[in-house]
Amino acid sequence: MSTWIDVCDKDEIDEEDVIRFDHDGKSYAIYRSPEDSFHATDGHCTHENVHLADGLVMDDIIECPKHNGRFNYKTGQAKGAPVCVNLKTYAVKVDGGRVFIQVG
Amino acid sequence: MGDKGMVIVGAGEAGVRAAFALRERGYQGTVTLIGDEPHLPYERPPLSKGGEEAETVRAIVANERFAEAGITFLRGHRAISVDPARHALLLEAGETLSYERLLLATGAAPRPFPGIGTSDRIHVLRTVEDASAIRRHMRGDGRLAILGGGFIGLELAAMGRKLGTAVTLFEAQPRVLMRGVPEKLALALQARHAAEGVELLCGVGIETIADGESGVTIGFADGRQIKVDALVVGIGAQPNTRLAAEAGLAIDNGIAVDRHLATSDRHIFAAGDCCSFPVTAYGGRRVRLESWRNAQEQGSVAAANMLGEAASFDAVPWFWSDQYDLTLQVAGLSDGATSTIGRTLSPEAEILFHLDADGRLLAASGLGPGGAVARDIRLAEMLIARGTRPDRAALADPSVKLKSLL
Ligand SMILES: Cc1cc2nc3c(=O)[nH]c(=O)nc-3n(C[C@H](O)[C@H](O)[C@H](O)COP(=O)(O)OP(=O)(O)OC[C@H]3O[C@@H](n4cnc5c(N)ncnc54)[C@H](O)[C@@H]3O)c2cc1C
Ligand code: FES
Repeated sequence: MSTWIDVCDKDEIDEEDVIRFDHDGKSYAIYRSPEDSFHATDGHCTHENVHLADGLVMDDIIECPKHNGRFNYKTGQAKGAPVCVNLKTYAVKVDGGRVFIQVG
Repeated sequence: MGDKGMVIVGAGEAGVRAAFALRERGYQGTVTLIGDEPHLPYERPPLSKGGEEAETVRAIVANERFAEAGITFLRGHRAISVDPARHALLLEAGETLSYERLLLATGAAPRPFPGIGTSDRIHVLRTVEDASAIRRHMRGDGRLAILGGGFIGLELAAMGRKLGTAVTLFEAQPRVLMRGVPEKLALALQARHAAEGVELLCGVGIETIADGESGVTIGFADGRQIKVDALVVGIGAQPNTRLAAEAGLAIDNGIAVDRHLATSDRHIFAAGDCCSFPVTAYGGRRVRLESWRNAQEQGSVAAANMLGEAASFDAVPWFWSDQYDLTLQVAGLSDGATSTIGRTLSPEAEILFHLDADGRLLAASGLGPGGAVARDIRLAEMLIARGTRPDRAALADPSVKLKSLL
């Protein structure tokens, strides 16, 4: 069963930036794009077990802090070596200034 | 291009990336990748790093990807000579391959201690076999000695402590990481190793190494001797240039290539640890790097140029090292820097920016737990690539986002 989980106030994420969000034993990365849309992916890189929230967001791309592997955070697509496995993405909505992600 | 195809010698980071990049660029002819190791191509960085990563061999690509991409991967095959006039490569097994373009991605090999080979107790570290031989010594209650305070030596020291073995590390220089890492960060790493129980001895000259049934005896310049159970020699690596040299290609601290990664023979390219190249971001000075990302990026640029493009290799050098929970990342080359600006991100995480006399950012080095320094180092790399002269106060102030300086 899928549920919407309250993540944070929308202003807690800077434009073109990412934060870490942990819920129910899982970790996520929540993004705010330069166009002010919000997105969510699994928290950890698919290359090594490294959290993406320390990485750099540029346009649609999150770059892993460890070895600069690149993903499109809107689609989860791995953009090439050293990352070849896509990131799982989650639906996000903004309601009353709060950010929610859909998990489960 | 003709039907002779593309041939790549060396199935490491550079060779594998080049093989796939040829296909990604739409090349339809034959692609042959030759590697003398018996394994699927694997990542070397985990070999010296502790934890679960060290226990598993991480393949660079899954086996089926070769067939999917139509790449002929000949593992366990050694190339023994190149005949540039006939565009031919001879394999040890006797086969001759013709090439349209050849890429040498032969990597580097550990520099031996003069006169000392490897044994059950004396090791170097480059391959997965080396790594498992070294790990065996880390499980016992003996003492492991490491000769050389470079990245591999220090990472192994951390791994040894994590697995619970006693470690002594000898460095001939007054401190570890004399090349490429600022003193402040090197000393912070030294302090961490000392706190973890590594016996770290800098400024000690080793004169003799004697291998024996019951251990290795190390003799110092001052006449003292100590005996340890095993020794790892980590005193750097030498580029594998024999094939190129015997083929008459120019060699200069590695296979000498131009900014397009072409050797002195325009049908032969070189990439990765085996080559020296003019580093365009630093006035074309010739350097050779031993860095994972460099090998990948050069592999991909070499592939473009093998297909007739004139892509220039102009990436800013970058590497990382992991020791305990700390990560060091360095972007750029600090030679020629006249001033250093520090940016303190937290009590454990710091970045040092190195600028030249004109205020241009040359390099940035960061040390901190986990991913703490990664974002700023990546942004610094972009600032370096653009030749920026950043505001000094902004660099020093962690509340100013480096992104705003781009
Ligand atoms: C233990 C270790 C830890 C490292 N950690 C880091 C790190 O943390 N960060 C970082 O940035 N870099 C690190 N590096 C460096 C990085 O792994 C190298 O820069 C990278 O592997 C170079 O890739 P390459 O393809 O040029 O060479 P290699 O990976 O060495 O591949 C070359 C291949 O060619 C084969 N070969 C050579 N001659 C022939 C021949 N005649 N015929 C057939 N095959 C041949 C070799 O056997 C080898 O398999 C580390 C290296 C080691 C050894
Ligand atoms: S851990 Fe993310 S790219 Fe390696």
